[in-house]
Amino acid sequence: MRYALILVLAAAPLAAKDSCLTCHSGLQGELQKPAAAFPSSVHSQEGFTCADCHGGDPNADDPTAAMSAAHGFIGAPDRTAVPKLCARCHSDPNVMRKYNPRERVDQYSEYLTSVHGQRLRTGDTQVATCIDCHSVHDIRPVRDPLSPVYPLRVPGTCAQCHANPAHMAKYSIPTNQYAEYLTSVHWEELSKRGDLSAPTCATCHGNHGAKPPAVSSVGAVCGMCHALEEQRFENSPHQAAFAAMNLGTCVVCHSNHAVLRTSDQMLSGANAVCGQCHTADSEGGKAAEEMAGLIRNLQDRLKQADEILALAQTDGMEVSAAIAQQTEARQNLVKARSEVHAFAVAAIAAPVKTGLAIAVTDYRAGQDALHERNVRREGLAISLFGVGITVLGLWFAIRRLGPPTQKPDASSR
Amino acid sequence: MQAGTGHDRWKTLTAWLDERLALDSIREYVTHKKVPVHSGTIWYTFGGITLFLFGIQVITGILLLVYYRPTPQDAFESVQFIMTRVSFGWLIRSIHSWSANLMILSAFIHMFSVVFLHAYRRPREFVWFSGIALLGISLAFGFSGYLLPWNTISFFATKVGTEIPATIPWLGPVLTRYLRGGSSVGGATLTRFFGFHVALLPGLMTLFLLLHLALIQKFAISTPPWVEEQSRLRNTKAPEIPFFPDFLLRELMAWYGVLAVLGVLAALFPWALGVKANAFAPAPAGIRPEWYFLAPFYTLKLIPGHVLHLEGEFVGLVGFGVLALAWIFLPLWAVNRSGSLRKKLVVGAGVTLLAYLSTFSLLGYWR
Repeated sequence: MRYALILVLAAAPLAAKDSCLTCHSGLQGELQKPAAAFPSSVHSQEGFTCADCHGGDPNADDPTAAMSAAHGFIGAPDRTAVPKLCARCHSDPNVMRKYNPRERVDQYSEYLTSVHGQRLRTGDTQVATCIDCHSVHDIRPVRDPLSPVYPLRVPGTCAQCHANPAHMAKYSIPTNQYAEYLTSVHWEELSKRGDLSAPTCATCHGNHGAKPPAVSSVGAVCGMCHALEEQRFENSPHQAAFAAMNLGTCVVCHSNHAVLRTSDQMLSGANAVCGQCHTADSEGGKAAEEMAGLIRNLQDRLKQADEILALAQTDGMEVSAAIAQQTEARQNLVKARSEVHAFAVAAIAAPVKTGLAIAVTDYRAGQDALHERNVRREGLAISLFGVGITVLGLWFAIRRLGPPTQKPDASSR
Repeated sequence: MQAGTGHDRWKTLTAWLDERLALDSIREYVTHKKVPVHSGTIWYTFGGITLFLFGIQVITGILLLVYYRPTPQDAFESVQFIMTRVSFGWLIRSIHSWSANLMILSAFIHMFSVVFLHAYRRPREFVWFSGIALLGISLAFGFSGYLLPWNTISFFATKVGTEIPATIPWLGPVLTRYLRGGSSVGGATLTRFFGFHVALLPGLMTLFLLLHLALIQKFAISTPPWVEEQSRLRNTKAPEIPFFPDFLLRELMAWYGVLAVLGVLAALFPWALGVKANAFAPAPAGIRPEWYFLAPFYTLKLIPGHVLHLEGEFVGLVGFGVLALAWIFLPLWAVNRSGSLRKKLVVGAGVTLLAYLSTFSLLGYWR
């Protein structure tokens, strides 16, 4: 008991006093919520107190003294003041270096360039500030899955305002982006396959400097991930045509928020996107059909080779070399699909030709393996016949030998 | 007239050979050698089947040696080459793999038939000891040969297998290091496993096989106690058939049957090669050893990490060691002090071991 008391007394000076938390923890309702949320925040864990943002004296036990203007108490900051308040630390490299030397310090300056920041400066307090996305008292690191800006939660966080028709009414912008995004391949990659690098709202629009990409920069935004496709498009005949019509490159065919998984049906057939501008008998329509045909042909040959090799493998034939080669052929299919963005038949024909050559060789390897399997089975049947005849002969020979001998035991006589 | 001339020539030739090779004494021995006949005679064939499969192993093993290269860079590719490019290479490799497994299965059947027919009893104790040694060598053949194709499954199974002895205090880490030729499974492991597989183990096998066969010739094939008892009551000798040709023809029939089974397995279910081993790749899920090591492997998995302050695996190994010693010395505890056979005890132990091996092997395979 005595030792316990010594320990408590020794430890007491180490714990900083925070009368804000002590009092607010004992309150009810809205006044208690900040005290309940704060311990889970990264700021609390790094040793910050309520007074670091709200001012006041956390050492004073008297609430009036603790929350006196003389001690710099500002209460709940005005929404217009929030970004600047956060920036006191987050824009100061000397402060941030202590906690995370790699952390960026340009969030505030970026925010000022964003639509949110610009409207806030005009006095519109309905736009997002730091606390609308990061939360207020329980701010967590971005890598924390409970953080509202963790990749999986970013779309939902943006949707709190952007999918709310009442909130967005005065801005006259649509509120279906979130619903569309949930149908996209990007969300599928993020939510179903767990790829946290898959694009969210912030990837294309920016986070602190959030803005819709200009028509002229759509290609560059998509090209951050789809570099090869962007490069091919830049050199394609569509580049100049789309620019002249002030069309946002990639989104013309792929949409913006509802970016669907691409398929070869985008080139030809009833749902072909090419058909939106090119009639089937036009030069562009014919080129699209030809490109689709080339890709379909390679895909079919690959499938045939896959099937015959799988059959051979199931029957125990050694075809691992051909199966390994199929990967190379498949890479050529991916390359051909990527070359579609050059919108030139010749660009697609080259990888298709290489892929076809491999697929045909692999198919032949599968055919040879199945032929070899049949030869083996025929050989087995002949051998079994020979073995059967021999066993039958032995059986007849044994039958002719007669019964076993059972002589009287000489030793017992 | 001409046939008579041919017959005379044959007689002259055999007389010439007899004089130089003493074939007449061998012929005399074989003609008079007898094999007991009773309801369990069929179990005698499994010794011969094991020998036949070992012969196949030797022949196919020598053929595989022509192309096999025991280095991590070449091992997998050389086996792939054998299977895809060498004429009938697939057949030779497949028969080698299947007959290795059938040989061990046949050796186990032979061992249990010896137990249940009580063929280990006086004066055949050393026939039993040499037989157990042959089974142990066969298992070592299986373990060392499993790694040689250098595929993913064999690589990681060897890693797990060589890790097990490391739990033995003092000797364990040295033994593991010796088996691996270093701290981990690699090129040094492959070359020494190859050395064990094609030089050390065949030498030991030949030695113990000759001893086993010589002792069988010396003490003849055992007659089960109940057959002896029946004969004693009837005042007759136990029924017998001549070894040549009666038993040999039956044995030949069994060999042909095994050959047919081997052909079917090799042609319809060729032994797969798998994927080349990559030491830096993560171990694939469901790594397990060959079927004949599954029972002890699964048992070790069931033992808790620590048992009474001792490592669980070590406790398991000690348990297996004690059981193995008890099984090896079966002929010594199978008779009581007055010399009578403890038949019930032996049959009980045999049935228990058989039940344990089959049940735990199945559990190890499915779980």
